[in-house]
Amino acid sequence: MSLRDQLTEIKEKGLADIEQTSDLKTLNDIRVHLLGKKGPITAALRGIKELTPEERPEVGSYANKIRDAITEAVADHREKLENQALNAQLTSEKIDVTMPGKPVTQGQPHVIQQIIDQIVDLFLGMGYEVLSGPEVEEDKYNFEMMNLPKNHPARDMQDTFYISKEILMRTQTSPMQARALEKHDFSKGPLKMISPGIVYRRDTDDPTHSHQFHQVEGLFIDEHVTMADLKGTLITMAQNIFGDKFDIRLRPSYFPFTEPSVEVDVTCFNCMGKGCDVCKHTGWIEVLGAGMVHPNVLDMAGVDSKKYGGFAFGVGPDRFAMLKYGVDDIRDFYLDDVRFLNQFSKRGN
Amino acid sequence: MKVSYKWLKQYLDLNMPAKDLAEKIERTAVEVDSVEVAEDGLKKLVVGHILSMTKHPESDHLHVCQVDVGEDEPLQIVCGAPNVDVDQKVIVALPNSRIGGNVKIKRSKMRGIESSGMICALDEIGFSKDVVPKEWADGIYVFDDDVPVGEPIYKYLGMDDPIIDLDVTPNRGDMLSILGTVHDLAAIYDQKPEIKKPVVNEDESLDANQIIQASADDKLAKTYKLRVVEGVKIAPSPSWLQIVLWNAGIRPINNVVDVTNYILLKYGQPLHSFDKDKIDGEITVRMAAKGEKLTTLDEEERELSTDDMVIADKNKPIALAGVMGGFNTQIDDQTTNVVIESAIFDSFKIRKTAQRHNLHSEASQRFERGINPDGVQDAVDEAVSMIKELAGGQIAKGTVTASEYHPELPTIFITAERTNHVLGTSLSTDEIKNIFDRLGFSSETHEDGLNVTIPARRWDIFRDADLYEEVARIYGYDNLPATLPTGRQSIGVLTPTQKLQRASRIALEGLGLTQAISYSLTTPEKAKMFLMQDSFETNLLWPMTQDHSVLRMNMLSGLLDDVAYNHAHKVDDVALYETGRVFYKDSAEQIRPKEVEHIAGVITGNLTDPLWNNHVKPVDFFQLKGIVNQFLINLGVKGDIEYSATDQYPEMHPGRTANISIHGHNVGFLGQIHPRIAKKFKIKETYGFELNMQELIDLPKNDDQYQAISKYPSIKRDISIVVGQDVSNSQILEVMTKRGGAFLKRVRLFDVYQGENVPEGKKSMAYSLTYVDPRETLKDEVVNTAFEKIKKRLTADLNAEIR
Ligand SMILES: [Zn+2]
Repeated sequence: MSLRDQLTEIKEKGLADIEQTSDLKTLNDIRVHLLGKKGPITAALRGIKELTPEERPEVGSYANKIRDAITEAVADHREKLENQALNAQLTSEKIDVTMPGKPVTQGQPHVIQQIIDQIVDLFLGMGYEVLSGPEVEEDKYNFEMMNLPKNHPARDMQDTFYISKEILMRTQTSPMQARALEKHDFSKGPLKMISPGIVYRRDTDDPTHSHQFHQVEGLFIDEHVTMADLKGTLITMAQNIFGDKFDIRLRPSYFPFTEPSVEVDVTCFNCMGKGCDVCKHTGWIEVLGAGMVHPNVLDMAGVDSKKYGGFAFGVGPDRFAMLKYGVDDIRDFYLDDVRFLNQFSKRGN
Repeated sequence: MKVSYKWLKQYLDLNMPAKDLAEKIERTAVEVDSVEVAEDGLKKLVVGHILSMTKHPESDHLHVCQVDVGEDEPLQIVCGAPNVDVDQKVIVALPNSRIGGNVKIKRSKMRGIESSGMICALDEIGFSKDVVPKEWADGIYVFDDDVPVGEPIYKYLGMDDPIIDLDVTPNRGDMLSILGTVHDLAAIYDQKPEIKKPVVNEDESLDANQIIQASADDKLAKTYKLRVVEGVKIAPSPSWLQIVLWNAGIRPINNVVDVTNYILLKYGQPLHSFDKDKIDGEITVRMAAKGEKLTTLDEEERELSTDDMVIADKNKPIALAGVMGGFNTQIDDQTTNVVIESAIFDSFKIRKTAQRHNLHSEASQRFERGINPDGVQDAVDEAVSMIKELAGGQIAKGTVTASEYHPELPTIFITAERTNHVLGTSLSTDEIKNIFDRLGFSSETHEDGLNVTIPARRWDIFRDADLYEEVARIYGYDNLPATLPTGRQSIGVLTPTQKLQRASRIALEGLGLTQAISYSLTTPEKAKMFLMQDSFETNLLWPMTQDHSVLRMNMLSGLLDDVAYNHAHKVDDVALYETGRVFYKDSAEQIRPKEVEHIAGVITGNLTDPLWNNHVKPVDFFQLKGIVNQFLINLGVKGDIEYSATDQYPEMHPGRTANISIHGHNVGFLGQIHPRIAKKFKIKETYGFELNMQELIDLPKNDDQYQAISKYPSIKRDISIVVGQDVSNSQILEVMTKRGGAFLKRVRLFDVYQGENVPEGKKSMAYSLTYVDPRETLKDEVVNTAFEKIKKRLTADLNAEIR
């Protein structure tokens, strides 16, 4: 048998052995054996001395090819074995992906906070600043500067918690109108503010009354702000908070600090305007009060009512939340039952 | 104000359904509470004529009546009313009819006698007992003789008339009358109603000013007028008048009193009728004297205050002015001579008196909101004419006038330009003038605008802004365009404080706490728990309940209330935070408290649900500390956060509470709620913290810069030491950080052990120390030297045994 034939035989047997190997260790042993110094190729090549010098390079190069072929075959087979092993492992690692994930904790903003944030974000986008003021307020700001002098009959509409004759728990966020008007420098630009906060009324708590609730006051004063602007602003707010399909309507009303004063209705949530028991078959639900700021309010705060004017509105986030989510008891907002609170997960709205 | 649609139709041409009219009123004038037609829901009620009547053989009070109901045969009906009698025209509920309260009437037997229906009292067909005349209060109602038999009853009782209940705002007192409502509807529907002036047929032989004298302080009564009718005969009013009154919610009394109430409804002018013969001498309007008493028409004796205005004769008060008449001078069945009072009383005094005596009458309500000064004389004129017509007698000549007031009518100048500037409309002067014409306000063109004269009946209007409202509502709010303001621009951004407040909420929510909002008003006891500084309480003058009578000086107690509520509803796991204000006072004399922003939180039970792969342990101090610490890191307040054991809070566990300070400023505390307090609140083991948010806002924040991360490898060394039980982690850390050398980057406590192999009174603590040199690769020798130094110092300073 020629040397070349011997080498061919080694190769074929080696490749067959590799192919049959089923574990990596044996495979490595085969490789070491075949390609090693004590292996068959090395042994066979000892016979190269008997060849002519012309034949030697050809056989030498053949032997290298065989080495390469074996190396390649080992590598291929190793990869195959490794894949088999990995697949077997993956199969054995199979889990029930329907089992629950490991809990992590995540709290939620209060539903009223969510409504307030929504209003705040909308008005920030329209260039309003956000102001906050005292909850313990002076009669002067809460009433007198809002055009409600002592003895004004409209004071009866609001039952007030007094701390002294002149100091009270604010019954509305409207005193922030007076405070903002007093401070604002109109040479620097218009006064555009919203002011969310807690207000208090001397009421007995029941499903529709709470002695503590929230309001967001809005105020826009400049040289030319119209009632049409108020209407447009309120439509924007209603649609932003409740949805595009909602419309508003204005009805005459009375607040001492605005003239004209309007009550604002929004499309009924329950029937979308068709008429139902919730809206007393009108298709509308009253949601807020608004109006053009009364000249007395401007003058009392030292703002020239001949030059400046604008609108104000007062929103009740509690009422908004009740309407939006169908909550039928306002007290639920202040009991902080975690099962109640965690229903209103924030959806980035 | 309950307004009769039929009454309005006497003045206006209105053809729309009452519901549509109500909607129009609501959109243009005042809110409407309800529209009701009394006959709605009633069925098969007809006029019956009692032909004959016999006593029920089995009963001493029932009668068996044969009643003609316009059918071929009379119906036999058993009736138990005491006033039932032969020949009466009565309300018959036929078999299968429906009466008030949705009750069905069926043929039945009453003690063995067949009864085909029922003869009804007014309250049985839906009348409120408050409006049923006394005459019919205890029995069936009897119609006038001319009512046709067999006809449905409704129109003979005014039950077919839609009643629109107006919720009149305080500024629109003029709408508390039929004429006022007519004027407004005339403007809305652009009609010109005819309103007739009353004509009085006086008896020239009687002179009112001879019969009675009156005086009034015009500060109390701007207008005070009396008229006299002599020789009246008191009787029930005719049914048309009774219907008008009961449809307006007023009980008919007699022909004189009913006329005064009718005039009140029509003009909005409250009148009062006195029995002239019960009055001694001159009538005066004055303030009550101390100790005076008056029994009012409701037969209640009232102690008068010197702040109550009264009408008095020479000897005694005879009426609580503008609120309610006196029993001593009331019209009774024997009255023959009457004095009718028509006045304008001071609205503030009336309001106070009505409040003081809790007597909110139809009269006081109107005096409080104002009276049309132009209507005072007309009202009393029409009243005496009607009394003469209904009760007979002679009207004495003239009016006794103690005071009189005719206001100067305001003239207001407005321009179309300014109107459009305010409303955002584009109305012409003519269009605006047309609106005033419809309202009945006379206006004259003047320069580039209008001089508008306001009639006395609209006393709510006295400046230009009031007129813009009139224009807007008559023009229609639906017709206003909807625009967004143009003009000078502004930027809307949150202030750094507001951003931090928002970030703090998000941070705590991310750490697992849900936002709560509890009450700021609490009990005196809870208000002063967990006091972070000395403070006096702020009390309400007149709280509704003790539960909400004092302003909180801490946030935690409210959160504990929340935990208690959850526990009471079988929710054991609670993790809440709240941000809000606490109210501090430095002295008892200080009236207005300082409002300080706080943020607080509580955890109890488990933070997460125990699941197959989640073996939870109930929350503990260190769980809360982890949350609070991470929260404080998130806020980026500059300086080290330090915790020191404290027992200063009586409501906190004395061994498990820490004060928190940043850069030496105390910012709050955290720890376990004292078991005694937990028991009081009925809550389980609970941990809480409270921080002065204002302090956190005010403290300097970390600079906006970064430190490069070292490229060079770090070296770790672990050390285990045994120290006395009283040696705190912070003491050990202090030694390590102070003596650890320049390259000690981080120290981490990874094990604490007490028990076997550790002597009594000692504890084993294991720390992992990380060393880094930002400039070059650290050499082992450098670290070893530094590490050895720490060991030495721990041994020397803390008597630690190194293991
Ligand atoms: Zn509806």
